[in-house]
Amino acid sequence: MPTAHLPPFQRFLDTHRDDVLRFLIASVGRHDADDAFQETFLSALRAYPRLTSNSNLRGWVLTIAHRKAIDVHRARRRNPLPVAEVRERVDGSASATADGAGDHWERVRALPPRQREVLTLRYGADLTHGEIASALGCSEEAARRAAADGLKTLREELRDVPATP
Amino acid sequence: MSLPPPDLVPGEAAALAARTSARAADEGLAQIVYARVDSPVGQLVAVSTPRGLARIAYELENGGLDSILDDVALKLSPSIIEAPARLDDVRRELEEYFEGRRQNFDLALDWSLTTGFRRRVLQQCARIPFGATSTYKEMAIAAGSPRAFRAAGGALGSNPIPIVVPCHRVLATGGGLGGYTGGLDRKRKLLSIEAPTLFA
Repeated sequence: MPTAHLPPFQRFLDTHRDDVLRFLIASVGRHDADDAFQETFLSALRAYPRLTSNSNLRGWVLTIAHRKAIDVHRARRRNPLPVAEVRERVDGSASATADGAGDHWERVRALPPRQREVLTLRYGADLTHGEIASALGCSEEAARRAAADGLKTLREELRDVPATP
Repeated sequence: MSLPPPDLVPGEAAALAARTSARAADEGLAQIVYARVDSPVGQLVAVSTPRGLARIAYELENGGLDSILDDVALKLSPSIIEAPARLDDVRRELEEYFEGRRQNFDLALDWSLTTGFRRRVLQQCARIPFGATSTYKEMAIAAGSPRAFRAAGGALGSNPIPIVVPCHRVLATGGGLGGYTGGLDRKRKLLSIEAPTLFA
């Protein structure tokens, strides 16, 4: 028997849908976010009746979304995009429009996995470093370090980009 | 440096959530589904389980959607999603009933929101035919506890499936209307649908 008094799943879904979608657009891009969103909440629903704590449902569902995002990135490495599509995506203005989120998340997605994961969870999902550490199964210190490394790389990349005319 | 989160297009997360709920219902992942149903006696909330219709609530009188679903979550399961398509039968039969085209409901019922004596009383009540009425006393007798007519009234007042389980057909022994879970105006309205000459 579950000991937690959980809200009806529909209300849980309605409460967290914006946060989950924002996080997924940041971490996998708008194109793959729809599927990952549905997979996230379907997985959450399967696990829901067995949940024993209702103390951090937001952190819980974002951790599931994080795992779905990793699946998307792994699938991409197994099935790389055709060259033409890659060119289109790398093109700054086109991707900014297509993703509606601006260029910076495109750059975050190109970072090494751990840095990408920490930055999307910190700034795309607004999780604390403590929550990120438990989502990633690492120490809080390691999460902070990966975030700092990621931001440093982004800063260097931006310095190298010529100003748009 | 700052990394502002992505902007959402207004309504896109809500639309995606609705698609997710529909898919969850199609794949049978939710144990409990609900829908809001319009009716001439006000907004209703209908809740079904795999066994059948478990709850019809008068949205306003029963504390609003959140409170109605919280109660179901606590008593049955929190795996509750909104899935209007899964309640098409309920919606259609209620519509036919309110339009005077249906006298009996052909819906499977899930009695799990009521137990013991209360359930026995309600199951007896479910046998009162369209257009007829009974009394709290007769209900107590039918449920095997002739002296428990007050408790029978309590059982009918706790009816989780009003309208379909016709507790509105049970009147006070002296001929008065008695009480009703959705208020006496609704009781009168339902009775006038069924026996216009008596309760118009």
